[in-house]
Amino acid sequence: MEHASLAADFVKNDERAHWHDRSLWFVRSKRDKCAHALPEWELLRETASQIKLHLMSQLDRYLEEFERNATRLGAVVHWASDAAEHNQIVHDILLSHGVRKVVKSKSMLTEECHLNPFLERHGIEVIDTDLGERIVQLRDEGPSHIVMPAIHLKKEEIGELFHEHLGTEAGATDPQYLTEAARQHLREKFLGADAGLTGVNFAVAETGGIVVCTNEGNADLGTSLPRLHIACMGIEKLIPRAADLGVFLRLLARSATGQPITTYSSHFHGPREGGELHIVLVDNGRTDLLGSDEFRRSLNCIRCGACMNTCPVYRRSGGHSYEATVPGPIGSILAPARDAGHYHSLPFACSLCGSCTDVCPVKIDLHHQLLTWRKELALRKLVPWRKRVAMKLAAGVLKRTWLYALAGRFGRAMLRWMPRFLIYHRGNPWGKQRELPPAPKRAFRQLYRQERKRRGQS
Amino acid sequence: MKVGLFIPCYIDQFYPHVGMAVVRVLERLGVEVDYPEAQTCCGQPMANTGCADTAKPLAEKFLSVFEPYEYVVGPSGSCVAMVRHHYDELLHGRSGFDELKAKTFEFCEFLTDVLKLERIEGAFPHRVGVHQSCHGLRELRLGSSSEMNVPPFNKTRILLEGLRGISFSELSRADECCGFGGTFAVAEEAVSCMMGLDRIHDHEQAGTEVLTAGDMSCLMHLEGLLRRQKKSMRVMHVAEILDAAAGEAP
Repeated sequence: MEHASLAADFVKNDERAHWHDRSLWFVRSKRDKCAHALPEWELLRETASQIKLHLMSQLDRYLEEFERNATRLGAVVHWASDAAEHNQIVHDILLSHGVRKVVKSKSMLTEECHLNPFLERHGIEVIDTDLGERIVQLRDEGPSHIVMPAIHLKKEEIGELFHEHLGTEAGATDPQYLTEAARQHLREKFLGADAGLTGVNFAVAETGGIVVCTNEGNADLGTSLPRLHIACMGIEKLIPRAADLGVFLRLLARSATGQPITTYSSHFHGPREGGELHIVLVDNGRTDLLGSDEFRRSLNCIRCGACMNTCPVYRRSGGHSYEATVPGPIGSILAPARDAGHYHSLPFACSLCGSCTDVCPVKIDLHHQLLTWRKELALRKLVPWRKRVAMKLAAGVLKRTWLYALAGRFGRAMLRWMPRFLIYHRGNPWGKQRELPPAPKRAFRQLYRQERKRRGQS
Repeated sequence: MKVGLFIPCYIDQFYPHVGMAVVRVLERLGVEVDYPEAQTCCGQPMANTGCADTAKPLAEKFLSVFEPYEYVVGPSGSCVAMVRHHYDELLHGRSGFDELKAKTFEFCEFLTDVLKLERIEGAFPHRVGVHQSCHGLRELRLGSSSEMNVPPFNKTRILLEGLRGISFSELSRADECCGFGGTFAVAEEAVSCMMGLDRIHDHEQAGTEVLTAGDMSCLMHLEGLLRRQKKSMRVMHVAEILDAAAGEAP
């Protein structure tokens, strides 16, 4: 479905749409306080952007450096060119270790690869251990936000869900009570798991180490209890040096939730004693972006979600209206790169306000990339033909000054004389909730000419 | 100093009084103004829909129409941003294009940056709410955006601040988009109108009497919503306020 109609459905529930907007604006405001408290904020953004651009210019070399160093530390590094290969690699590792139960901390990459349903089809239980992720998993739906996966849900709905699945009291809405129930439920899952899966926030080429950031400590428990740790990462998650980490860790949590730093920033340098660490490096379309001058910068993304929190459209249409793993402004760039035909409406789900570009901690020119996508879609004839024909017709008129002036005069006269029902009808989306501007008798060009004439005479 | 007046198509057709206010304000400041009648539209609606090839002849027309002028001034941040930032791929390498980019200014920015005005004489005894039109704010940098940690400034507001009797409403969201966004306003009608109504609500809470902006397109959308809801808040382009205020000068 097109974003516009899913968004219209979301907006229909005015109270809920406003609640969603306010919840995310609250996060954006927290982020503002953090960003404005650091005098070097803009320098940090610029530095992060430069580091990522440098990395992308030599990604092949840095990936191999990372592989060498990670291997030296005792990790096993795997390379996957797409989602299917990634899923197969993970499954093979699990199979060879006889794993039946997996606990997973938040990883947008495994969402992107649809790893959970793949493993479940092969009889492996996968439990998401991030609270928000667990909630959407129990609801059998995807996350609506990359940092706050269940931000679209109210505590009453979570109370109902937990009552059904975890046996909490009916009608319970106290967040502390519900969280405690989830904690006990997840503790059991942690203890019974044969392997821990995590995402990766940063991988350091120079050291071969990886960093996982969480607020709940679930990645730490998930990798400390089972002996097998599989970490899955997109190849853009790399940074060159350990010294660069400070730049990104300071930007990430401030941008994401308005915290100075995530509660846990866990560094893994090879497997723990007696354990195994597998790192799966995934391309899945990233090298296509790398090869594109227009969209390369989108690989800077550190998945903080700030562009979603600030986006006036996302806040009012909800993450699910994008029908993509990553919603919001960055998702509207990444999704069409994967399947332009399916996601053609996303680059148009944007008023081009540019707030995402200014909020982005790694300086991705998001709204300009969305504009570039619109051009790309028009070239591939994926913009609705009515829009294209309308634009061609308009340009045909606007090219000829006399025709434009005449059409303007005619149009304004029609607006003045036509009965209201002929102007405000179903085919006029402008007029559904808005009045058209008043149609004056004279255009500016006529007024100006009269004025000059009058002056010439006086 | 000869200024070629760039009056965007929808202002020409629907808001001629805004264009006339611009003429009067500039002339009062001693600027020689000329309106080349051959102009039509800068091509932004086509470009923003992705139809770059359709926008190209309009960009070429714009270049030839405004070639003779020392400055080009338009009362719309969005249309000026089109010329300055988005003509590159349409007119790259054309003779006169670099000059065009350098000499084209948004109305307020022309007053503050070229004429170096710090205040304008006049009185406007009303509570004014300034809507920060996004393209003026984040494309032309007519002010500091709330996302960035830079010293605060605002070229639109500084011009208004000098008027006697004026007061400003302070919003809970300083620079959120109104939801116009060109074809977005009709393609995503539901979200667009919700955004507009939210802006209006913020201004109502803050006691805005006159809602102003540097872009008439944002105001066209907001005024459309205000009129449908029969609200008393008035909308005026910044140029209209400066023009009306001068009439009140001692």
